[in-house]
Amino acid sequence: MTDASHAQTQTPQGQERLLRRTAETDPDKGKDAILRITRMTLRYPVRFAVAMLATIAAALTQLSIPVLLGRAIDQTQAVANSTGESDVLWTTALILLAVSVMRGLFTLVQNYTAESVGHALAHDLRRAIYDKIQRLPFSFHDRTHSGDLITVGMLDLEGVRMYFSTALVRTMLLVLLIGIGAWLLISTDPVLGLLALSFVPFAAWRSSVTQLTLRRTWLQLQERLGVLSQVMEENLAGIRVVRAFAASDFEMAKFDKASDDALALSYSRIDTRVRSSAVMTLAFFAAMGLVLLVGGQQVAAGEMTVGSLATFLTFMTLLQLPVRQLGLMVNAFARASTTGARLFTLLDMEVEIDDAPGATDLKVSEGTLRLENVGFGYTGADPAVSGISFEARRGETVGIVGPPGSGKSTLMHLIPRYYDVDEGAISIDGQDIRNATLSSVRRSVAVVQQDDFLFTTTIENNVAYGDPFASDEQIRDATASAQLHDYVDGLPKRYGTVVGERGVSLSGGQRQRLSIARTLMLEPDVLIFDDSTAAIDAGTESRIRNALRAYAEDRVTLIVAHRLGSLKHADRILFLDKGRIVEQGTHEELLSLNGRYRELHDLQTRPDADISESKP
Amino acid sequence: MSHANPEPRDPHEDGRPRARAVVGSHRIEEEIFGRAFDGRVVSRIWAFVRPYKRQVAISVASVVVFTAMQLSIPLVIRYAIDSGMAPGAKPGTLGLIVVVFAVVIAVNYVASRLQEGVTGRMAENVLFDIRRSMFAHLQQVSLTFMDKTEVGRLMSRLQGDVNSMQEFLENSVLSVGDVLLLFGIVFVMLWLDWQLGLLVLMVLPVLFIVRVVWLKRARVAFMAAHEANSITNGALAEAIHGVRTVQGMDRGALNAELYGELAQDNYQKHLRSARMAQVMIPVVDTLTGIAMAAVVVAGGAMVASGRTEIGVMVAFLFYIQRFFDPIRSLTMQYSVMQRAMASGHRLTEVLDVEVAVQDAPDAVALGQGDDGAVEFRDVTFGYDPDHPVLQNVSFSVGSGETVALVGPTGSGKSSCMSLIHRFYDVQGGAVMVGGRDVREVTQTSLGRHIAMVLQDPFLFTGTVMENIRYSSHWASDEDVIEATKAVGAHDFVTALPGGYGGMLEERGGNLSLGQRQLLSFARALVADARILVLDEATANIDSYTELQIQKALQTLLKGRTGLVIAHRLATIRNADRIVVLQQGKVVEQGDHEALMDRKGLYARLYDMNYGSFDDLPETVTEEDRRRAT
Repeated sequence: MTDASHAQTQTPQGQERLLRRTAETDPDKGKDAILRITRMTLRYPVRFAVAMLATIAAALTQLSIPVLLGRAIDQTQAVANSTGESDVLWTTALILLAVSVMRGLFTLVQNYTAESVGHALAHDLRRAIYDKIQRLPFSFHDRTHSGDLITVGMLDLEGVRMYFSTALVRTMLLVLLIGIGAWLLISTDPVLGLLALSFVPFAAWRSSVTQLTLRRTWLQLQERLGVLSQVMEENLAGIRVVRAFAASDFEMAKFDKASDDALALSYSRIDTRVRSSAVMTLAFFAAMGLVLLVGGQQVAAGEMTVGSLATFLTFMTLLQLPVRQLGLMVNAFARASTTGARLFTLLDMEVEIDDAPGATDLKVSEGTLRLENVGFGYTGADPAVSGISFEARRGETVGIVGPPGSGKSTLMHLIPRYYDVDEGAISIDGQDIRNATLSSVRRSVAVVQQDDFLFTTTIENNVAYGDPFASDEQIRDATASAQLHDYVDGLPKRYGTVVGERGVSLSGGQRQRLSIARTLMLEPDVLIFDDSTAAIDAGTESRIRNALRAYAEDRVTLIVAHRLGSLKHADRILFLDKGRIVEQGTHEELLSLNGRYRELHDLQTRPDADISESKP
Repeated sequence: MSHANPEPRDPHEDGRPRARAVVGSHRIEEEIFGRAFDGRVVSRIWAFVRPYKRQVAISVASVVVFTAMQLSIPLVIRYAIDSGMAPGAKPGTLGLIVVVFAVVIAVNYVASRLQEGVTGRMAENVLFDIRRSMFAHLQQVSLTFMDKTEVGRLMSRLQGDVNSMQEFLENSVLSVGDVLLLFGIVFVMLWLDWQLGLLVLMVLPVLFIVRVVWLKRARVAFMAAHEANSITNGALAEAIHGVRTVQGMDRGALNAELYGELAQDNYQKHLRSARMAQVMIPVVDTLTGIAMAAVVVAGGAMVASGRTEIGVMVAFLFYIQRFFDPIRSLTMQYSVMQRAMASGHRLTEVLDVEVAVQDAPDAVALGQGDDGAVEFRDVTFGYDPDHPVLQNVSFSVGSGETVALVGPTGSGKSSCMSLIHRFYDVQGGAVMVGGRDVREVTQTSLGRHIAMVLQDPFLFTGTVMENIRYSSHWASDEDVIEATKAVGAHDFVTALPGGYGGMLEERGGNLSLGQRQLLSFARALVADARILVLDEATANIDSYTELQIQKALQTLLKGRTGLVIAHRLATIRNADRIVVLQQGKVVEQGDHEALMDRKGLYARLYDMNYGSFDDLPETVTEEDRRRAT
């Protein structure tokens, strides 16, 4: 790892966590989110309509089963009492079979189309999120925790996806079942009907309350488990430190605390769940017992048939599961409103750095880079650079040095328009980069970062990242210029070797050389090395420099470096301090100034001078 | 781990039109399903369940009671109809039966609470216990194992695999209930009317076979969807982590297009999996319909002919609604078991990793009285005994002396450092600390005696204060601040938001490498050990911080024995003595002048370099690495 601090030390400390995962959301935002998701599902009108119709059909077929069973029982009794024909039983049985088959088919269509609407929605949102994340500027990503973005793109997306099938369609089914069923039962026998339905409000309320509690504690539990996995992960990653300090007791104590916290909450969640589930079952059976008692008396008194009683009882069984699951539906609504609110916050975010209206591609002829009185500060912080003016022509190399936090990297990040300047202007051949298309600016100005991100793919894919259509020769040449070809060529799979997490791990110097190769491929008009040779040894660095001599003729090269040796050949060196240029000139001129540059130079050439004096 | 993952496929081979553009990497998932039953795994897991034997007994007993109640409810209804409501029934009978019903549901309530509660808690307990003992075990296993195992992999053992064991335990108790319920229903039906029972039960084997066939195919579809999802999510994570590179290289548009393909594929696979999941519903409903129709026709005829009563028919209809459930959960339990066996296998692998270094039974504690001398006596050592990385290495460091270890990468410097702390045991010779063989002292006291500063200044999540104090619980806040001042880190710490109480971001991400280095110096200083072992950072740090680090190093070494793996000339020249290692052997030792006069490896390394001693070895490193692979 290199000294990757500069950009971070200058950005405001801490991140806003605007997409943080919390249980509480602004209720208005949540309501808006629900409405918006509902509207979005209407983008698939055919499937939406099919799902709704299938739901109605499924509800009707389901409801007719208790009625048919009741009728069959009555018919059976009629046959037994020789008041009916046994043929009718065959008819009822066949209808029963047909209705069962239809119920299955309608349920299939209902569930499948409902899920497919969810998946289609998820697909669209997924792409929108991806696109948004890629386009939001650096300043957004500085402020936002990457874990939060991943959460939005994975978990929140799931919450929104489930909304249609779990919340909307299921609720509709339940409403239909209870509504039509209640009408059916109450019209048959008001008292018995009300008794049969008496468990519904209680179970619905219990289930909703419980699910909301469980959802809240689930989020808490995730947090506690997060702490636990952090303890474990850091312990494992830092196992050498742990062993070095013989700190395993200390670490076990940390683990036990985190683990016990999580376990205690798990216990309470189990209790909540069990208590509620058992009491709902009890309520259901109690209602059934009452129906049995009251209905039984009516049957015994001849006021009601056994078949009607069986209809009541089977109807209750039918209703039991969806009513108990009402909590899940309530939960799905709650989840969709919080996850949706977060997701839309991201999607609605304004892309601050984008093509200006009427922006045209940058046209580069002379290739002159010009900074005029440039000033910039990160949001909420003092200006990081101010009053910077300089010009560099094609073929020139400009070095930038300065103490940590002097604004070197910040300045370099303004040139490809990673951030927009607050004051002054940056132009290439007289065209303000803010008036050119972003894409053409990025192609024209390329930066080799301090600690560049390598993708978990082959070396050749990594080198060709910015130019996927490049030929093998181009890739080879760039890698050779970066002094990495010999190493790559010696690997068993050469350019096909996968790097990163699951592949060959590269040393810091090799990573930096790979990102140099990758950037060379872009053939930019302005090439910036942002402290990107810190882990490369001096010998290799000078070989890279020699290999790039002809390459540098065709462009402006800016080099930020700690090691003054890396800058000796520069046409000009700027010394930055507190965001301003305090000295500039060639290496010799700066040395003769006897100023800040000289001081740094002496520090580097006699590294042990001060120490030897202070040694006891 | 024995699950060798094949190399990720070369993205070239999948025939994309664009030769070199992919988003996301194909992550190979671990084997998810194992054999359905593996006796060895089960017996290992049983060891974790045994402490909860009583709970297991209670939950199994309550499952039995619960199932019996579930079975008896339709029977009670049957008697209510046939005895309580029939014309001419005794007036009190119905009331009596309803009382029985009330008793049944009360027992059912208690049993279901007990069963779910006790089982749930027991499974959680076992889960946490397994995790704890794995974690504790990992604190003891050899560093060789830790070095070659990715943290992510171990984490997936500690989380995913442990969770699937919990799921298994919880479901196992429920499956006992399912099996009982299934047999119970079959038994009761046959008992009520064996002919009608047989007729209805004919649909059972049909369902069973359909489900088994279906499960095989469905699982393929489910897995494909799961995998497509993780590939798509992987690509999203990559875009988030690499967003600066993506924007800097203007790859956004192309990536969006490639991601679109992944999202589309993911969508299609999920649709297929949804179809697969739903297709069983009409099958089950049809079979239910057949069974009900059979009861209506055959049962109706029997009731009509007086062979059986109407209540029996009602009870049958109730049982039919229930008996597909246990089959569904039992076939699902099969997958759960397979998953659990695969996980259990991986868990036992972790638990079985050998503990390399243990305190001898008669180990003594190194104390304040013991001095800080270090001696290597003819040490031979290799991570793999057949390939020693150190051969007959001998050198000694007097108490209070500073020795620099130098040599090209792979020469064995880091191994020397690990041996002093007894991270590993030597194969020949002995490492002496404070005049005692490290194998004769307790590891804890050895840890107190030696402070280590590693190349990667690893910091933990927590405040600055907690990080500097780390495990030195005896140090007061004042001690910590004093140490921080001594290494020259006080100024930047107080400038941090929150100062000493400020939270460090993950791994100290809000600090520069130089600053993290200084904090790890302070951490070692607080530990206040007699011996300091230090592995100097190789990366270039800006000259200003570098100067501070050099000063801090002097503070740190004052009055202590120092053993430094040195990369910087300044450090090397300040040492009392230099030991030069090459390919696991001591080739030269002496002070700077003496070694320069010898014109050996040291002089050669010195002459070739500028500023840092680590510049040369890259070429050596690469040769080395190539030789190793």
